[in-house]
Amino acid sequence: MTELRKARVATASLAGCFGCHMAILDMDERLIDLMSKVEIDRSPLTDFKQFTRRCDIGIIEGGCCNEENVHVLQDFRRNCDVLIALGQCAIMGGLPAMRNAIMHSDAPLRECLEEAFITGRNLTNATHNIPNDPALPLLLDEVYACNEVVEIDHNIPGCAPSGDIIYDTLIKLLAGKFHGFERETIRFD
Amino acid sequence: MASHPEDTAQKSGLSLEEKATIRSICREVEDDPARMMDILLRVQDRFRCISAPAMDVIAEATGLSRIAVEGVASFYAFFSSEPKGRVTIRLCDDIIDRFSGLASVTAAFENALSITVGETTPDGAFSLEYTPCIGLCDQAPAAMVNDLVVTNLTAERVHEIVAALKAGAPPEEVLVDRYAERTPYQRAKEMVSNNIRHAGPVLLGPVPEDAGLEAAVETGPAQIIRTLETSGLRGCGGAGFPTGRKWRAAAATEADRRFVICNADEGEPGTFKDRVLLTERPHLVFEGMTIAARAIGAKEGIIYLRGEYVYLRDLLEEVLADRRNRGLLGPAIMGVDGFDFDIRLQLGAGAYICGEEGALISSCEGLPGEPKTRPPFPVTRGYLGCPTVVNNVETLCHAARILGTGAQWFAGMGTKDSPGTKLFSVSGDCLNPGIYELPYGVSIRDLLEMVGAEDAAAVLVGGPSGTMIARDTFDRRLAFDDLATGGAVVVFNGDRNILEIVEYYMSFFVHESCGYCTPCRVGNVFLQKAIGKFRKGLANPSDIAYLRDLSDTIIETSRCGLGMTSPNPILSTLENFPLVYSAVAKPSADRTRATFDIQSAIENARQLAKRRSHIYDRDFTK
Repeated sequence: MTELRKARVATASLAGCFGCHMAILDMDERLIDLMSKVEIDRSPLTDFKQFTRRCDIGIIEGGCCNEENVHVLQDFRRNCDVLIALGQCAIMGGLPAMRNAIMHSDAPLRECLEEAFITGRNLTNATHNIPNDPALPLLLDEVYACNEVVEIDHNIPGCAPSGDIIYDTLIKLLAGKFHGFERETIRFD
Repeated sequence: MASHPEDTAQKSGLSLEEKATIRSICREVEDDPARMMDILLRVQDRFRCISAPAMDVIAEATGLSRIAVEGVASFYAFFSSEPKGRVTIRLCDDIIDRFSGLASVTAAFENALSITVGETTPDGAFSLEYTPCIGLCDQAPAAMVNDLVVTNLTAERVHEIVAALKAGAPPEEVLVDRYAERTPYQRAKEMVSNNIRHAGPVLLGPVPEDAGLEAAVETGPAQIIRTLETSGLRGCGGAGFPTGRKWRAAAATEADRRFVICNADEGEPGTFKDRVLLTERPHLVFEGMTIAARAIGAKEGIIYLRGEYVYLRDLLEEVLADRRNRGLLGPAIMGVDGFDFDIRLQLGAGAYICGEEGALISSCEGLPGEPKTRPPFPVTRGYLGCPTVVNNVETLCHAARILGTGAQWFAGMGTKDSPGTKLFSVSGDCLNPGIYELPYGVSIRDLLEMVGAEDAAAVLVGGPSGTMIARDTFDRRLAFDDLATGGAVVVFNGDRNILEIVEYYMSFFVHESCGYCTPCRVGNVFLQKAIGKFRKGLANPSDIAYLRDLSDTIIETSRCGLGMTSPNPILSTLENFPLVYSAVAKPSADRTRATFDIQSAIENARQLAKRRSHIYDRDFTK
């Protein structure tokens, strides 16, 4: 019998704080065990910027706040069999989505940028300009949860989810035994 | 910095004379904060708006905080903080009106007045707006013009009306021929035809005058309640609570004051039976209230008339005055010592939620029309904390007839669980829209034949909070144990788009949710958006499960009937017209969301940054 091939996993951090990727590393020495079952393809952990092959699992941290986020997410959807939203920002938009609350304005995006770079208190922006380098991706009108842009197969909630939960979920998923979380696992009260 | 418009209004304030006017309006109701609705209605009437400075004066006079006054003033659709035109035209925006040519009527008004819906002409002469169902679906398209109504509108008629109004004629002269010479009843009949297509033996046939009240005076309170219980009468507003049991509970509660309230806030789209009773049988309504007062020992009564039926106010006030003159209201009714009872008319101001009895009581108390937490039920703690019986117009009429003619006679009609007759208000795609008084238990098929709607494809029973059924179940019967209804039967033929109808009704509930419970306030918006996806062909098969899931949450977690029934247009069409949904839902090929449109999402940023996208503008390098 031929040995089963390792599962291919890709990860990306979109509009998040990278905390969820830190949490992945938080599984500590179990990473060694995990690496015996998977290989990492496109990911900030490998610094591969493109997919080398189709992947079994894609893990997304963060929601979509700009066009590049959307592009990456759509690329992940097309190249991964199973797509996981990891953490609150990926699932619901999280902290970046606070700017969606500027809703009673004719130009909410401009208002947001002006407050962030020009009019806000305690700013130390000597140029008084809104950054507009041609290399900067265009912002979206609001911050979108991943699920609003592509179909998501599983959510791992938390801010950030613990290394334990990420490890357990991936191991179960690889064994084909993941059927969602027990309520006890994901309640916080 | 330019001054904020509100600041200038605040600074300019009111003249001394205007302040005195507002104070005297408050004094007319003894500065009673519980009469806030009357105060606000009169201020709105007098000044065409309730401005911030006016609210200050009202707050001072009634001893309330300014924010409490503003809370009420901002709750109701017919109150406005900005001045409305001297003639305010409210077009009924119900789905029936839309299917009856509302678009061309709207265009005609916009054209003739040179404003769009939602605007006021610069000279302050006209305002034009939309309002949900005004209870005239049997003669759509219809509109309110100040306190009057106009029906069967056409573009031609609109131009005539606007020309006459612009020439300076008062609305009543334009809409009612020889207005000044006519009685309130004649005026109402002139504006609205009641389309009684089938009169039954209880309400719309010949009715002996005050026979029920005479019987009630003879037999006394205990026997009145026993008679009602024997008759099996159930509330006609939709929920069908046994009337006798309600009265018994109110009578049994210890209290110094008790109240009888007639719920004439007929807001369920497609329902207009109370309009007909209030016009054609007002004495019977008040007779029923008086009997209820006798049964429970109430001295005070309120008839809560929806703001849209303000054209019936004079008629009802005249009937009340007449009954007072004849000793049928007031002290010692029919010469019986201690049988004192009088009724005041409370006008609403355009809030569907006030048809819910808790919200209706709140509104009568001068509060925003928000439902109350139950229990306690109104029969133990209702209006001003006193035991209160709230009954539908039709229920009270039935009660009067039962007392006059007998419980057995009534119970002998209809079905075992739903005795007696019921008024059905039929509208939509049929030859004879109007009112049908029929015994409970009549089948939809028989009713459709009667109204001339053999080509009906869908029938909405009980309005949007009721059930939409399809051809294969037209044998179902109108009764509490099958298809319950407060009276609305709306017929749609095969040319109508079910999803368009559902989307309209969801937008209605979004508009009318009082906002107290988050699942209702927010959830209905999500439902409306989701239906929008189906309409645009962007829905995914999983969205069908989402609709069900979200609906269940809203129903489970809302405290009043609005949230508990608002998902019904979706749930009942999912149940009875499943193919309509599955036909337009399709999975996306590459599992990306068809609803997400990157071009519109980056358009703002493109304009702000004054550059194109490296990723999504294909011709960037050209």
